[in-house]
Amino acid sequence: MEVFDTIIQISDSAVRLAIPLLLACLAGLFSERGGIFDIGLEGKMLAAAFLSAGVAAATGNVWLGLFAGIAVSVVLALIHGVASITFRGDQLISGVAINFLAAGLTVVIGQAWFGLGGRTPALPGDGRFSNLEWPVADALKDVPVLGPVYSELISGHTFLVYVALLIVPLSWYVLFRTRFGLRLRAVGENPGAVDTAGISVVKLRYSAVIICGVLCGLAGAYLSTGLAAGFVKDMSAGRGFIALAALIFAKWRPVQALMACLLFGLLEAIANRYQSIEIGALEIPVQFMQALPYILTVVILAGFIGKAIPPKAGGEPYVKER
Amino acid sequence: MQKLPKWADIVLIPLINLLLAFLVSGLVILAIGKDPIVAIQTMIDGAFGSTTGLGYTLYYATNFMFTGLAVSVAFQARIFNIGGEGQALLGGLGVALVCLSIDWPHWLVALPAAAIGGAVFGAAWAFIPAYLQAKRGSHIVITTIMFNFIAASLIGFLLADLLKVPGSMDPATANFPPGAHLPTFNDIFALFGLDVFKHAPVNVSFFVALFCAFGFWVLIWHTRLGFAMRAFGQSERGAQYAGISPLKITVIAMLISGALAGMMAINNVMGESERLILNATEGAGFIGIAVALMGRSHPIGVILASILFGFLYQGGAELSLWEGIPRELVTVIQGLVILFTGALDGMVRRPLENLFLILRKPTKNGAV
Repeated sequence: MEVFDTIIQISDSAVRLAIPLLLACLAGLFSERGGIFDIGLEGKMLAAAFLSAGVAAATGNVWLGLFAGIAVSVVLALIHGVASITFRGDQLISGVAINFLAAGLTVVIGQAWFGLGGRTPALPGDGRFSNLEWPVADALKDVPVLGPVYSELISGHTFLVYVALLIVPLSWYVLFRTRFGLRLRAVGENPGAVDTAGISVVKLRYSAVIICGVLCGLAGAYLSTGLAAGFVKDMSAGRGFIALAALIFAKWRPVQALMACLLFGLLEAIANRYQSIEIGALEIPVQFMQALPYILTVVILAGFIGKAIPPKAGGEPYVKER
Repeated sequence: MQKLPKWADIVLIPLINLLLAFLVSGLVILAIGKDPIVAIQTMIDGAFGSTTGLGYTLYYATNFMFTGLAVSVAFQARIFNIGGEGQALLGGLGVALVCLSIDWPHWLVALPAAAIGGAVFGAAWAFIPAYLQAKRGSHIVITTIMFNFIAASLIGFLLADLLKVPGSMDPATANFPPGAHLPTFNDIFALFGLDVFKHAPVNVSFFVALFCAFGFWVLIWHTRLGFAMRAFGQSERGAQYAGISPLKITVIAMLISGALAGMMAINNVMGESERLILNATEGAGFIGIAVALMGRSHPIGVILASILFGFLYQGGAELSLWEGIPRELVTVIQGLVILFTGALDGMVRRPLENLFLILRKPTKNGAV
């Protein structure tokens, strides 16, 4: 029974840890399907985490925090859009710039605002998203096997967790079953064809970038008001890059993105719980677990296990023919 | 047709971009309720006001010259090596292993050996992404980002488990033997009876960095290989048609790039901490990107941009000490420099091009 409890606990924390990855990963999915590479997921997430926690701490209202987080993330996404769509700059360089801007500004503004060395005050009850208890979760707790699965694993997460999980089928529907989705995918593969059909490449790409901003905003808000109770410096801790890795792992598809993020969340949960894992005589150091998502991504990218092919026009600014 | 005169491309545009970055930084300082003028005075005073401050500025600049040259050399072949950080971390491992291997008799012997150690480890770390890009088509930007994280985990593991001093809790290697101590500027000037650059970590690696910049210039503009790299950067297909192998050029450019990033370790690991510690690079690998963009991938530009960022780094430390502005302000400036010189370059360039076209027209008509 003890083993079972441990498994439940680890799975539970794996889900919690997978959510920010998932939201950021879906953000990247929309952007990259639309032909805009985005290595600034990390920065947008960090900025959103900061402003969500800051506004929630200042007003005591987590919803205002959430909207502030989304707003700042969309602003950064628009900077990326202006640089890479309007001025046809290098999308990778723009993403790098946004990461640095967010890493610096969150601390500089945080220090001026709260004077706590770049962190926000710990959020009180109303300043963060509380866990939603599902009906009769408490009563079922003692039912063997299914009880803990229902009351711990399925019930008792914050609102944003369920939102994130719902966004997965929604993204699939939007991308693969709507006109907008078809056009968005087309603009990432062959913008010239989309343009010829009389549809604005610029508008489509901007909408991709804005969706990306909104989702990164959710991811960041979840980090500081759902997963933790407040913002600390550099709290995104490379999650934006793991999300990017998950995106490649999922080969730019939403449902697979969920799987990849759950896998990487599980790795993080295990690494958090154990300092090292012994399998027989072999001892796996915790650093290896931390590096595993990155190693797996390189292996996938190298095409040794299935080939990951990014959207064809990704990273290329579109120049209208005259 | 050349739209812009050369001087405008090399001097005017970077200057305007830099001014824009500083302007926005000034607004940030204003927004947090501080005085930008006082801030810049504090920074200049802290970075250039004393020989100690100058020593720190040049020490940071040395790091950035290595990483800036590393990013630049790959840029020449139109390859974006974002993995300088990881390569520099691995370079630190190489330098540490060399320094700890024997009891070095003199730094003149230890320095070249350590430099080779750092270069080999850095180059090896760059080789895998380069090979995967050229041979398997995996995007080098993504793989080098991943390799930065893998490098950090690897070094963390080695320092926590294998390389640390037995019995110590500190995740760091043993101190290097005295024979591996590089003369600092303070040591050098003491020979002439001058007591300057006191306590500053700037050391002979500074000259090694300058030499590398010179080597960069020779390589890129005066050798066959450099020509092949530039040709590949300008047009991959054209270069291929001329018989230049993309695999070879990608791998060679990345090996040189990784070697330069790895050599940074003679400054920060061998010259300053004199042992390998966690996070020894302190983000210098990423600053290399800003330096390369700012310096237009030219050695002179890289040297100047490195000194600028050395100033920002040292001045930023003083700012946090005296003005209560966190040194992360430097990260903001760094981000703005990358944004304006790299991504938003077209915002300044296009209007300027139009301006120069308008200015040029009358003379053209006159000639006809």
